[in-house]
Amino acid sequence: MIISLNHYLVLGAFLFCIGVAGVLTRKNAIIILASVELMLNAVNLTFIAFARHWGDATGQIFVFFSMVVAAAEVAVGLAIIVVLFRHKESINIDEVNLLKW
Amino acid sequence: METFFFILFAVVAIFSGLMVILKKNPIASVMFLILALFATAALYVMLMAPFMAAIQIIVYAGAIMVLFLFVVMLLNLSKIQEGGVSALKIIGALVAGGIMVAIAVVVRSIAIPADSGFLRELPAEYGTVESIGRSMFITYLLPFEIASFLLLAAIIGAVVLAKKKLE
Repeated sequence: MIISLNHYLVLGAFLFCIGVAGVLTRKNAIIILASVELMLNAVNLTFIAFARHWGDATGQIFVFFSMVVAAAEVAVGLAIIVVLFRHKESINIDEVNLLKW
Repeated sequence: METFFFILFAVVAIFSGLMVILKKNPIASVMFLILALFATAALYVMLMAPFMAAIQIIVYAGAIMVLFLFVVMLLNLSKIQEGGVSALKIIGALVAGGIMVAIAVVVRSIAIPADSGFLRELPAEYGTVESIGRSMFITYLLPFEIASFLLLAAIIGAVVLAKKKLE
């Protein structure tokens, strides 16, 4: 078996779907944020695999920018979780329904 | 050889990804996420992106995951009752499986011969720090500056949110 683009795409799809399952099924806000990181990471892998396939390093620049956005998202997301914990003494997302209905 | 390492790191990545969403303890989850990030960094090296692999380990596995661990330990969380199997969890798993099937169909339908490996010849400077830096600071200078503004805004937002007094 020779490793080609398809293998990397399927691996990226697996990791992305694990992240989706984590976001949809877990109740701990920190683990949800970690699952979002897993999804971003899967997409980064797909970007780099396509960059290798087309022989064009632009995909790697895109991964750099996606890492910047991920860092910003984590900083703000964790700050929100800290505020949430201060208000509710809990980060169970079932108890956070202020904006729900 | 390449096949062996691809399978090794793919199995490590998928296993640790599953552990991230299955472990009850948030610290164990974050630790397995770090393992998943290391496995993908190894795959980046195999895809001729050594600079991105280094950035992944330094920025992601180093800085961002330390932030995660810091918050987990700061909050001193008691275990959250996840409950048993509920309708919502089944729906969530079904949605994830459906997305997997959809992506698999799309991957199968694109016209890339499956067993040929990567065909394209790469230029000698592909993926080096020099070529990445050149295109980042010349071709993509404006997005680079916008990214720095995004990070500044995120820092200010995080500080404002996490300040003690909200009033």
